[in-house]
Amino acid sequence: MVKVNFFAALREALNCGETQLNIKEPLTVQQARELLVQQNPSWEKNLNNNNLLCAVNHEMVQEDFLVKPHDELAFFPPVTGG
Amino acid sequence: MSQITHSERIIIQTADFNHDDEVSWLENNNNEDGAVVTFCGRVRNNNLGKQVKGLTLEHYPGMTEKSLQSIVDSARKKWKLGRVTVIHRVGKLLIGEQIVFVGVTSKHRGDAFAANEFIMDFLKVKAPFWKKELTDEGEHWLAAKSSDTNKAQEW
Repeated sequence: MVKVNFFAALREALNCGETQLNIKEPLTVQQARELLVQQNPSWEKNLNNNNLLCAVNHEMVQEDFLVKPHDELAFFPPVTGG
Repeated sequence: MSQITHSERIIIQTADFNHDDEVSWLENNNNEDGAVVTFCGRVRNNNLGKQVKGLTLEHYPGMTEKSLQSIVDSARKKWKLGRVTVIHRVGKLLIGEQIVFVGVTSKHRGDAFAANEFIMDFLKVKAPFWKKELTDEGEHWLAAKSSDTNKAQEW
């Protein structure tokens, strides 16, 4: 099981801060994103936004990064702190 | 959430911080360093031509601390630094309230000046914080600025 977090504007757009993906084998971030859209078709537009950033286990990663069962995945908009 | 050693403090909190206390921590029993450079970011009352009433800051607990630690580690590799403090507030903030504090000490001023600006520049584009602005027209999430990305790329 992969824990999936959404933050800020994305969290509000999806009306969801945290969900789960049940996977037994590793899959890429892009595949994880497709699986999330399959499970929640209304998320397609917001999740397929090219500006979104992605982190696995608290490190920024690219679309081809492999997500393993028990990893923590997160999607969020570009950051605006400081 | 905070990461604290004898020479470093990385803290994310909702509460305000006291600028004088932070300078004291950087200076107390630290007679090796002649330079203390501090930066404090505050909530201003205007942005992009609109009157701002306040901000709400969200972060990614766990990742934010790691990200700030990694930025401070990078600064320590580039310059000879003594003590470093990074404090960032989250939650609801009003006009004039302090948002962020970065304090750096070094033997001479060059290292502390550069490292302080480096830490702020990378905090702006790497650390997972998000600002939601409250104006007369309602609340909206701020968009990232390309000028911030460009500034970080100059290092």
